[in-house]
Amino acid sequence: MCCSDQPPKEEPKVSIDWSKILVDRAEFLKLVALGCSGLIGLIVAIPGIGFAFGYFLVPKREDWIKVGPIEHYEVGNTVAVNFTDTTGTPWDGVCAKRVAWLRRIDHSNFQAFAVNCTHLGCPVRWEPGAALFMCPCHGGVYYSDGTVAGGPPPRPLHQYPTRVANGQVEIKVGPVLTEG
Amino acid sequence: MAKVIDKALEWLQDRTGLVQPIIHMMLHPVPGKSTWAYVFGTAIMTSFVVQLASGVALTTMYVPSGGEAWESIKWMTENVPFGAWLRATHYYGASAMIIFVGAHAIRTFLFGSFKFPRELNWISGVFLLFLTVAIAFTGQVLRWDQTAVWTVAVGAEQALRAPIVGKTLVRVLCSGDNVTGASLSHFFAMHVFIFPLLLIALIAFHVWLVLHHGISEPPTPGKPVNRETYRDEYKELLKREGKPFWPDAAWRDAVFSTIVVLGICACALHFGPPAIENPPDPSLVNAEPKPDWYLTWYFALLALVPAQIEDWFILIFPVFLVVGLLAPPFLSNTGERSASRRPWAVAIVVVVVGSVLALWREGINEYWTPRFEAKPVPKQDIGATAGPVAEGGKVFNDRGCLFCHSIDGHGGRRGPDLSDVGERLTHDQLTIRIVNGGVNMPAYAGNISPKELESVVKFLESRRPHQTVIESSNNTQAK
Repeated sequence: MCCSDQPPKEEPKVSIDWSKILVDRAEFLKLVALGCSGLIGLIVAIPGIGFAFGYFLVPKREDWIKVGPIEHYEVGNTVAVNFTDTTGTPWDGVCAKRVAWLRRIDHSNFQAFAVNCTHLGCPVRWEPGAALFMCPCHGGVYYSDGTVAGGPPPRPLHQYPTRVANGQVEIKVGPVLTEG
Repeated sequence: MAKVIDKALEWLQDRTGLVQPIIHMMLHPVPGKSTWAYVFGTAIMTSFVVQLASGVALTTMYVPSGGEAWESIKWMTENVPFGAWLRATHYYGASAMIIFVGAHAIRTFLFGSFKFPRELNWISGVFLLFLTVAIAFTGQVLRWDQTAVWTVAVGAEQALRAPIVGKTLVRVLCSGDNVTGASLSHFFAMHVFIFPLLLIALIAFHVWLVLHHGISEPPTPGKPVNRETYRDEYKELLKREGKPFWPDAAWRDAVFSTIVVLGICACALHFGPPAIENPPDPSLVNAEPKPDWYLTWYFALLALVPAQIEDWFILIFPVFLVVGLLAPPFLSNTGERSASRRPWAVAIVVVVVGSVLALWREGINEYWTPRFEAKPVPKQDIGATAGPVAEGGKVFNDRGCLFCHSIDGHGGRRGPDLSDVGERLTHDQLTIRIVNGGVNMPAYAGNISPKELESVVKFLESRRPHQTVIESSNNTQAK
């Protein structure tokens, strides 16, 4: 036998199977298609969701609102004070109107109660004859200091912070429903 | 003429491929005995078409702005041709959807149609039910009157009961920390875009499933569903007695849907659109928010649940509803379908429908609410013009007792009727109750003077049943 019949001795193959290390063409194209689709999804979804749920991203808004000179209020009396909540949107109009029950405790101290009943949120009314806050929905009752007097409410009435500045009584508006 | 139409259809089939599948769908065989019990599904879809048509029309004038929505509704109702009519049909169309979603669910439950292989028909139907209620609820908010803004506040107060995520839920519900114009805009987007799109997609899926599995045949007692044999048996049944959907079944759907639309129109004509009540001004405290009729039963349930378990109830009941409605195909998706062999199924329907109706009645009566508008107990019923009893009667009228307690038919029903309390309680017992209060009654110790207390107790002691009897017999004699 002649050595020429023998195939030349080849060196051991060192070719790299790239498809094992990376991906082959078809798989690469699949990844391109899926990746592009996902990217389009993210590009359109993130701003939309961020916008619709933007209220999670902005700090809570608060504002001090003047509700009248201190001498308007008699010690021991609870009266309704009307004001406009400035923490909403500029076009809130009529739905930005608020009322709070303002009670003058002594010379310089006030309590301002949100009207929202802590049971299920209906507006409570001050009944001066009974000296109680009463809720029309399920009969929740609160004493004049906002503590629960009877019925289903689980917590005292929500209070707005109050202060007296330059002879004016001021109420701090801000989150009510999320504060409970 | 017929030839021209044939040619046109042929061309359409060639160029679109859609004519054949549509004809195939129209002519798909349905079990021969499927009759009037099977018309509720199309009644829902027809009501939904009424909603789409009236709803799209209403958006051409409605302004989803916190300050102007109410004005725009008032304006369209009073000044725009068909405004009142569209609002009314949109309201009664929603009511029809809710009613027939209920009827459809009860029918499929009693017929055992949720069993193999139609489990997903039922499950998608449950999601459609909740979506329908969600659309109805968001629609009520878009009315943006006094009730609407307080309804959102009531919803927020319920969401706040959830542990850990309570505040987050409230924020999502109100789109912020209070009920504002932003809340309305978000409700608008949900009611007008998000929920209807979801509803249309889910309806398409639901109808696809109905066509895929075929309409479930009316059940035969003693013929249980068997996973291995059901599909072959159903095919056999269709071969034996199947009728084409068009026109053998479709005519009933058309007739019933027409009755539904005429019913919506009749309600719209007779009752008119939902009243435009007070403006969405949260500073008007004389509000008594109530949900629309389809949630009155739940409103009553919330009022009647004992205070100790209320927190749990508010959280768990909605979960219970979802789980309970999804459960049937998981609990029993083979076996008997006929209601006559499924006593528990019948019992569940009777109990659920009975409870909802009973709660609904309670919700309309609402005896748990104090009556601020109650007229004072008149002089002749007080029974004295001077002395402690007369003074006590005045205290009863002035100090708010009247809002919750009634005497001889005057006053509220939140607390016990005191017309004959003098029979039941002694002087000391009455004093203790008034001073210390009770579960629902405030302690009056700090709100009433000792003199007032003494006189109102005297007044209550004098409340005895025979008094009224004598008085009324005197009245008769006088007459």
